[in-house]
Amino acid sequence: MSVSDISIDKILDIYTRVLRIRRFEEQVALLFSQGQLPGLVHLYIGEEAVGAGVCAALRDDDYIVSTHRGHGHVIAKGGDMDRMMAELMAKSTGYCKGKGGSQHIADFEIGMLGACGIVGGGIPVAVGAGLSAYYRGTDQVAVTFFGDGAANEGSFHESLNLASAMKLPVLFVCENNQYGEFTPAETVMNIKDIADRAKGYGIPGIIANGVDPLKMYTVAAEAVARARAGEGPTLIEAKTHRRGDHAEGEGAFLAGQTYRSEAERKAAQERDPLLHLHNYIAENDLIPMERLESLDQEVIEAVAHSVDFARSSPEPEIESLFEDTWV
Amino acid sequence: MPRKTYIAAINEALMEEMRRDKNVFLMGEDVRLGVFAGTRGLHAEFGDRRVIDSPISELGVAGAGVGAAATGLRPIIDLMFGSFLYLALDQIANQAGAMRYMFGGQATLPIVYMTQNGGGIGAGPHHSQPVHPFFMNMPLIKVVTPSTPYDVKGLLKAAIRDDNPVVFLNQLTLGGRRGEVPDEEYVIPLGQGDIKREGSDVTICTAGLMVHHSLKAAETLAKEGIEVEVVDLRTLSPWDETLVLESVAKTGRFVAVDESYPTCGAASEWAATVAEKAFSHLKAPVQRVTNKPVPMPASPLLEKAVIPSSDEIVAAVKKTL
Ligand SMILES: Cc1ncc(C[n+]2csc(CCOP(=O)(O)OP(=O)(O)O)c2C)c(N)n1
Ligand SMILES: [Mg+2]
Repeated sequence: MSVSDISIDKILDIYTRVLRIRRFEEQVALLFSQGQLPGLVHLYIGEEAVGAGVCAALRDDDYIVSTHRGHGHVIAKGGDMDRMMAELMAKSTGYCKGKGGSQHIADFEIGMLGACGIVGGGIPVAVGAGLSAYYRGTDQVAVTFFGDGAANEGSFHESLNLASAMKLPVLFVCENNQYGEFTPAETVMNIKDIADRAKGYGIPGIIANGVDPLKMYTVAAEAVARARAGEGPTLIEAKTHRRGDHAEGEGAFLAGQTYRSEAERKAAQERDPLLHLHNYIAENDLIPMERLESLDQEVIEAVAHSVDFARSSPEPEIESLFEDTWV
Repeated sequence: MPRKTYIAAINEALMEEMRRDKNVFLMGEDVRLGVFAGTRGLHAEFGDRRVIDSPISELGVAGAGVGAAATGLRPIIDLMFGSFLYLALDQIANQAGAMRYMFGGQATLPIVYMTQNGGGIGAGPHHSQPVHPFFMNMPLIKVVTPSTPYDVKGLLKAAIRDDNPVVFLNQLTLGGRRGEVPDEEYVIPLGQGDIKREGSDVTICTAGLMVHHSLKAAETLAKEGIEVEVVDLRTLSPWDETLVLESVAKTGRFVAVDESYPTCGAASEWAATVAEKAFSHLKAPVQRVTNKPVPMPASPLLEKAVIPSSDEIVAAVKKTL
């Protein structure tokens, strides 16, 4: 499938996912800077093409497993912003009743099996979901998102081997934003392309443009088709950029030290998934600009609503500490 | 005496020991920039060879520490957050913790595994679990958890010079705390507790952040005429049994306060030992104050409710009276 084969409805769908993530994350950045969010918060801005493109290629009953940088994945899979924002504010109406926070949002109803504060911790879980689909004889697939840094964890390698040995319906989607925290990927691995690692497990390893939502969609759609057909897993390496801080407020950790040049930061900003798709739609006159503008208004209102919802929600009761323990 | 922060004291200890012994090196994620400032500035002085930014590969890095130590080096492995030590457990338990013994004494393993232990930052279970009981349960691993800037410097220097594997647990929420730290060289031997407050009525045995909660409780109780002795173990394994038993012999009452779980936690060990060896001195049943037995929730409100508060400590002390 090539990008020109994608229907206009699908393009609008993908655009909406990217936009929802962007506006949500911009709001989260603002709230964090105002000291209104507890804990550690990692934003997905700049990487939206990956989550949006991949999830647009999935069915509602497919599974995804996410990372510490997980807000975008939840939204891309169809998550509810109100319950997300409430979780970020640690309110009782949040997805996890305030027990998970930014790094642990899950929505099992939409097949979102959870974000994960342990780097690489979600990868084996996705393999298990793929195993379950195979075992139950469904044609569901499971997707694990993870970073370049996570590709150096044992869990990545063990999972790739297990899934490929069993030909499980799993997509391994590496979001290579070129850094693990402040460490450049190239200084902690002796290869340029993480996709090369697929070879060692006898599965396809595909490099994708991780700032182009439509390219991500086409690559994912092919891998999904393979997985559904019982042909096993695919490793997709999305070359992308993290627009901002590793974790919001990283300046406090860095104390004046820098780890990437201004030029590099600028270049990352220019390779913008939202702008990329917006320009593509405009240049090819696919959707009226007024439609995109009104969509933006709708999304901005939905985000504003999520903030109101979260703010007006109650804190968790102390008694809830002992709920959701033994079944 | 100059006053320095806990994190600055860590930095001084690392700096001094790396200057002192060229076989000491540091490896971990982002140790150059120093996510928690403890390792900041080391790379500028010691360079790439001795300050190594590692891949995110806890198991591999922990195990590389074992191999490097077995062949003559003195690695300090920085694993950032306690919960990440779970990824390294195999190498710490099965290699670092067993090698010397199972190879009949052939291996000497001077390794320090350094990390932040415990909760308090609202980051959820994957960053906030207390992990020290796991390592207390490994017979030949030393476990240290300092509560003050003075202690953290002296103990870290001792840990680096120690010829055994040491799990060295800092506490993130103590990082900015200031205290007196002399400029002159000093080392605090591992295994020695410290009485942080003297008292004649009740003994509290504790360590790490809980030392401060216990001292606060002791202050409250002093206003009611109850004099609490606060024993800061500083080293959790091997621990200063003698100091604790002497204190109980004096007070006859015992409260164990620990930021980990009630089952097989540090407090279980202390309480059992006192019940076993100081029973004749006890005027009341021993008490334990521990974390509530749930994974650490992200909500700061709930998190606070999981960790022992000074009010709970006050209540436990009163139960012994
Ligand atoms: C097991 C584990 N080790 C270390 C960390 C600390 N940490 C959090 S995010 C991160 C970098 C992850 O890099 P990458 O996988 O590339 O994801 P990115 O943040 O770039 O999206 C690290 C080291 C962690 N959360 N879990
Ligand atoms: Mg990365």
